[in-house]
Amino acid sequence: MTFSDYLQFLLSGLTVGSTYGLTALGFTIIFNTTGIVNFAQGEFVMLGGMLGVFFLSGLGLPLPLALLLAVLATLLIGALMERLTIRPVQDAPVINLVIVTIGVSILVRGIVQIVLGKDTHALPPFTGSAPVSIAGAAVQPQSLWVLCITCGLLLLLRHFFSRTLWGKAMLACAFDRKAAFLAGIGVRRMVLLSFMISAAVGATGGVILAPLTMTSYDVGIMLGLKGFAAAVLGGLGNPFGAALGGLILGVLESFAAGLLSSAYKDAFTFVILLLLLFCKPSGLFGRRGFERV
Amino acid sequence: MRAAVLFLALAAATLLAAPCHAADPIKIGAIFSVTGPASFLGEPERNTALLLQDQINAAGGVLGGKIEVVIYDDESDVNKAVLAADKLVKKDRVAAIIGPSISGNTLAVMAKLDKADVPLVSCAAAEKITTPVNPWVFKTPQSDRHAVEKILEHAAAKGYKKIAVITVSDGYGQAGREVLKELVPARGFTLVADEVYGPKDTDMTAQLTKIKAQSPDAVICWGTNPGPAVIARGRVQLGLTVPLYMSHGVASKKFIELAGDAAEGLILPAGRLVVVEQLPDAHPQKALLKEYVADYEARFKTPVSSFGGYAYDALMLVVEAIKAGQSAKPADIRANIEKTTGYWATTGQFSFSAQDHNGLTKDAFEMVVIEKGDWKLVQ
Repeated sequence: MTFSDYLQFLLSGLTVGSTYGLTALGFTIIFNTTGIVNFAQGEFVMLGGMLGVFFLSGLGLPLPLALLLAVLATLLIGALMERLTIRPVQDAPVINLVIVTIGVSILVRGIVQIVLGKDTHALPPFTGSAPVSIAGAAVQPQSLWVLCITCGLLLLLRHFFSRTLWGKAMLACAFDRKAAFLAGIGVRRMVLLSFMISAAVGATGGVILAPLTMTSYDVGIMLGLKGFAAAVLGGLGNPFGAALGGLILGVLESFAAGLLSSAYKDAFTFVILLLLLFCKPSGLFGRRGFERV
Repeated sequence: MRAAVLFLALAAATLLAAPCHAADPIKIGAIFSVTGPASFLGEPERNTALLLQDQINAAGGVLGGKIEVVIYDDESDVNKAVLAADKLVKKDRVAAIIGPSISGNTLAVMAKLDKADVPLVSCAAAEKITTPVNPWVFKTPQSDRHAVEKILEHAAAKGYKKIAVITVSDGYGQAGREVLKELVPARGFTLVADEVYGPKDTDMTAQLTKIKAQSPDAVICWGTNPGPAVIARGRVQLGLTVPLYMSHGVASKKFIELAGDAAEGLILPAGRLVVVEQLPDAHPQKALLKEYVADYEARFKTPVSSFGGYAYDALMLVVEAIKAGQSAKPADIRANIEKTTGYWATTGQFSFSAQDHNGLTKDAFEMVVIEKGDWKLVQ
C-alpha cells in the first residue's frame, strides 16, 4: 500500500460519505422543526434522480433545466406530502407521524416503480468523465461537484438556521410548539416550509449523485438508512454534525473495505457506530441532555 | 401431521384427476418474480410463457387439446413463491411447474414440493438446484460453473496467470465466488485478490485500488446490474488497464447503457441470444432465436433479454416431454424430460440424464466482447 492508495481510499470515502451526508441533512431539517424523523427522506433523493432522468431522456429537456425541474417537482411533492399526510394528523404523537412517513415512502416508491419503471438509470456527468488525478489518486470530476455542492448547501443551511428569522422560527417550533405559536410564529407554515426545504435538499442530492452512483426506484431505502445512521452519528438536529457524520461513515467504510475486508465493511462500520453511540448517546456533535419535545 | 396427510391426499387426487379431464386444457403452472427486485428476470419470463402458450395453442395445441399456463407472481418474495407452489398443486392441479425465477425461491419451493410428485423446471441458475439431483427438479439456465469454465478457457488461451476476483455479496455473487475460488486454482491460475462489494454499493474504488496493488493479469467480476457498471467505471477512473471479465449476469443492453464508454473492451460469456445475428447461418440455434426475438419484440414492444429464454426452454421441455410420452401425467412428464437428449432450445443444447438435470455444458455460452456499445462474438 502506497500513499496514493490511502489517498484513494480517503477520496472514495468522502464521495460516498457526501451521499450519506446529503440525505442526513434533509433528516435534520424536518427533525429541527417538527421532531419527526422523516423516513421518506431517501425517497426525496430518489425522486430527484429519477425525475431528472425522466425530464432529460423522457421529455428531452436540456440537462440544467431538467435538473432544476426535478428539484422543483420534488419540492412540490414534499409540500404535498406535508399537506396530505402530516397536517391531517398533526396532533398525533410523534411516533405516529414517523410511521406515516414510512407509509409515504412505500407509496412513493410504488408509484415511481409503476410510472417510471424498474430499471436503473444514469444521468450524464456535469463536466465529462475523464478522471482527475490528485497526487496519484484518481477522482471523477462529478465527485468534486458533489463535494462542493454539499459544502455549499451545508453553509447555506447553517446560516439559515442560526442567522435568519425564519430559520430561528423553525427551530423554535421544534423546541416548544405552543410557545412558538404564542410568540406569533406561524407553526403550520414552518412545518410546511421544513418539508419543502428538506425535499429540495434531498432532490439536489439526488440529481448531483445520479451521474456517479446511478439511480433506480429503490435507491431511497439504502440511502435513507445510511443517511439516518449518519444523522444519528453526528447528533440528530445538527446540520453540521449530520454532514460530518455522513463523511465519517463513508470514510470508515472505504478504509474498512480497503484495509480490512470488503466483505465485512458494513458490519465493521456499524460496530464503530454502535460503540460511538454507547460512549456518546447524543451523537458526536449533539448537545448533551438536550431534549426535544 | 393432519396437514401432511391432507397434502398427500390432494397430491394423489391431482395424479388421479389428471387423466379424467382429458378434454380440459393441460394446465402447466408457472411462478415468476414479475414484480419486486427480480422483476428483470420475471417480467420477460412471464411474457415469454404467454407468447409461447398462444403460439402452441394456435398451432393445434398438445395431444389434441390446448395448454393453459397458470402464472403466479411471487413478487421476488420467498414466502409468496411457496404459497404459489401450494396453490398450483392443490387448487390448480397442474401437470408441471416452471419457475421460480430466482434461486432462493426455487430452493424453498423444492422443499415444499418434496412429496407432491410434480415436476419442477426452474428458471434459476444456482447449482444447488440440481446438485445433488432431485428426481423431480430440473433447471434451464446455465450453471455458474459453465460460465467460469468458459472465462478461464479464454484466460488460459491468452496466457494470463494471476487472476483477481470481485463479487457481489448476494446469492448470485457468492455462488459465483465459490466456483471461482474452486476453479481458478484448479485450472493452474493464482488467485491474487478476492474482493466483495454490497449489492447497493455505489463506489467500489477501494476494492479496485486493492486489486490494482496486486497487479493481476486479469480481473473477473461477478454481479448483476448496477454493481458491475460501477466497477467498469471505477476501472477506467483508476486506470486499471488489465482485461476485465464480467459474468453472464450482465449480458443485457442495459449494462452497456449504464456503464457507457467504460463498457468498451469488457469480455463476458453470454447466451447466443445477444449475438444471434453474428452466428453462422448453419448454427442450429440461429433460426429458433431469430424467430423468438422477432415474435417477442413484435408483441411486447420491448427488447428481448436472455432471461425470457429460460422460461421459453422450461415450457418447451415440458411440452416436448408431454408430446414424447403422449401423456400429461406428472410422473410421465418427469420421466420424459429426463430422457430428452440433444434438444436445441434458446439457451443451448439440452441433454438430460438421471445424473444431470441441467443438461447443458459450457458450450451453451459464447465469449463476447463489448465494442462500440454492442456485443461482438469473440472468434
